[in-house]
Amino acid sequence: MSSAREDILGRVRAALADVEPDREPVVAPRLAVRPAEEVVDLFAERVEDYRAIVERCTPEQLAGRVAAAVPPGASVVVPAGLSVDVAGAAVDDGTLTSADLDALDVVVTDARVGVAETGTIVLDHTAGMGRRALTLVPDRHVCIVRTEQVVADVPDALVLLDPARPLTWISGPSATSDIELDRVEGVHGPRTLHVILVG
Amino acid sequence: MSGTFVGMPAFPEAARAALGDTQLRHNLAHATGVIRAKRSRLVTEVEESMPESGGWEALRLAGAGVKDRALRDLETQLVLLEERLTAAGATVHWARDAAEANAIVVAVAQRHQATEVVKVKSMVTQEIGLNEALEAEGIDAWETDLAEIIVQLGDDLPSHILVPAIHRNRAEIREIFLREMGKVGKPAPEGLTDEPAVLAGAAREHLREKFLRAKVAVSGANFAIAETGTLVVVESEGNGRMCLTLPEVLVSVVGIEKVVPTWAELDPLLRLLPRSSTGERMNPYTSTWSGVTPGDGPQEVHVVLLDNGRTRALADDVGRQALRCIRCSACLNVCPVYERTGGHAYGSVYPGPIGAILNPLLKGTGDPQTDSLPYASSLCGACFEACPVRIDIPEVLVHLRSKVVDGHRDDTVPKAEAVAFKGAAYALGDSRRLAWAERASGLAGRVMTRFGRTSLPGGRAAAGRVPGPGVGKWTSARDLPAPPAESFRAWWKRTDGGRR
Ligand code: SF4
Repeated sequence: MSSAREDILGRVRAALADVEPDREPVVAPRLAVRPAEEVVDLFAERVEDYRAIVERCTPEQLAGRVAAAVPPGASVVVPAGLSVDVAGAAVDDGTLTSADLDALDVVVTDARVGVAETGTIVLDHTAGMGRRALTLVPDRHVCIVRTEQVVADVPDALVLLDPARPLTWISGPSATSDIELDRVEGVHGPRTLHVILVG
Repeated sequence: MSGTFVGMPAFPEAARAALGDTQLRHNLAHATGVIRAKRSRLVTEVEESMPESGGWEALRLAGAGVKDRALRDLETQLVLLEERLTAAGATVHWARDAAEANAIVVAVAQRHQATEVVKVKSMVTQEIGLNEALEAEGIDAWETDLAEIIVQLGDDLPSHILVPAIHRNRAEIREIFLREMGKVGKPAPEGLTDEPAVLAGAAREHLREKFLRAKVAVSGANFAIAETGTLVVVESEGNGRMCLTLPEVLVSVVGIEKVVPTWAELDPLLRLLPRSSTGERMNPYTSTWSGVTPGDGPQEVHVVLLDNGRTRALADDVGRQALRCIRCSACLNVCPVYERTGGHAYGSVYPGPIGAILNPLLKGTGDPQTDSLPYASSLCGACFEACPVRIDIPEVLVHLRSKVVDGHRDDTVPKAEAVAFKGAAYALGDSRRLAWAERASGLAGRVMTRFGRTSLPGGRAAAGRVPGPGVGKWTSARDLPAPPAESFRAWWKRTDGGRR
């Protein structure tokens, strides 16, 4: 008996006997080019559209803004290699269980790329971003994005990202419209997304 | 637990029941209207933001181009995908049909002594009946998407690709939660109201317990990139991230048509899908992963590449384009038939215009339920215009109708249309026979106008409901112009072409 693999590939071959493959990758049309400051403004606007909290600051103000983004008395966790010091935060060394993470209130991370057109932040879970569970289980995610990380659109982000890494694309807080199409923020992911745009 | 579509009646009967449900029709009209409006705003935005490069239409062409390129070279792409997945630490399995795919998932769960799995909403696992197969082995399969929980707890069937519980209102959902949640885990909190935010909160609490303890998760994938061995899951609630990240073992069931050749070619698809689907610039969460990442997420990753009729569809040179489908549901939201009947009438996990072509393409024609689907359309063409990957659904519908008719050529009891068309061929094949038929129809016309309660624009008499086998059904929804008392040929003869 032939294997499922051979069978399926054989059927594919038979189905396409008369078809010529096309080996040229498809390149999709691009947005009209905008000046860099406009791209950053658009990013802030589009992230806010998803009902995330967005604020802008200078590098000097960053540490203060991060501290202020943590509600009083909340427990905070940060990944190793975060670009800013957060007072009182636990550093994830990889030993925290999912249940431990569930007991924490806030996570603060950096980002890899911001996409202006779609208001998206991408994490590649290297230093400063931590493993995937870290930005998923706590209920509040404070995310630091640098203006120079912001690109215009999806294709600009794809070239900067390494597909061998796990990637998380975040566009606003977790949301659902499953009940009578009423949008509700926050189902399973962090219910609050707080973006601090630096630069 | 949840019902199945097996043994559903053919579309016309199922649709009649759905049409009688006014709540369902109201919910559907509201939902499809809202999503249509959001989508069209974003399409306009794209038009305006890329005036020089061809706008939305150019993006659609690129999306169709990427999927076509993968499908036309599918053998190479699948072999490459397998190689890259394996190199990244995933175990690749191949499944010819639903039974094989289910057996693979069951075996993985059993190897880890799992008595339950958590699931990300995935149409393909519904297609293969995975939940039922797991339950038969004593393994609970927990759906984690809010709408899917509503459907699963309500022992119900999904009615829309994107908003599967669109047929339920908030009061019904509250009742289902109060009644059912406690039977399978953390009960709904006391004092649960029917506020959507409160209901979502109850689902969060109920499922968090399951996410934190689950050992095995099952997902589908929106895209599978051959060049890099990367799977992509697009979602909103974060239940997908929970399933893809927290458990130790992840099994993803992926139809072989999900292949995208290169990482860069994800571009048009990621721009088209959320806009066409939920009418958002981007969905809240997209996760991508390539095999196993040490120290992050599941450390055992399986991918099941599934055929289950896809190679049959691929062999159909007209129907093949249906495999480009990215399951956005835009075609459902614009379909006048779907808007009135809802998803259940299609008797399949794939409802609406795409279901009307995909089901016969995957299963082949010959079964009365499947054969009725290509007729569940007015061929208005709205689905083609909405489709982000330019699937010409009306073209495939017509093609499949001819296949269904061909399948009945040798029936001993011919269908009503077949009798009518044979009659037409006989009458039209000879001028004397045609003259005779026209005289007969002139007579019939005088009889028919007596049943007529209506007249057509221009004042011409029309028959209302005409009695007779076959005709009654057709005319119950349409006005049939009554044949004129005198035929053109009779008039020509009488007046010598108008000279007399
Ligand atoms: S056929 Fe086109 S419009 Fe319909 S669900 Fe598939 S991709 Fe979307």
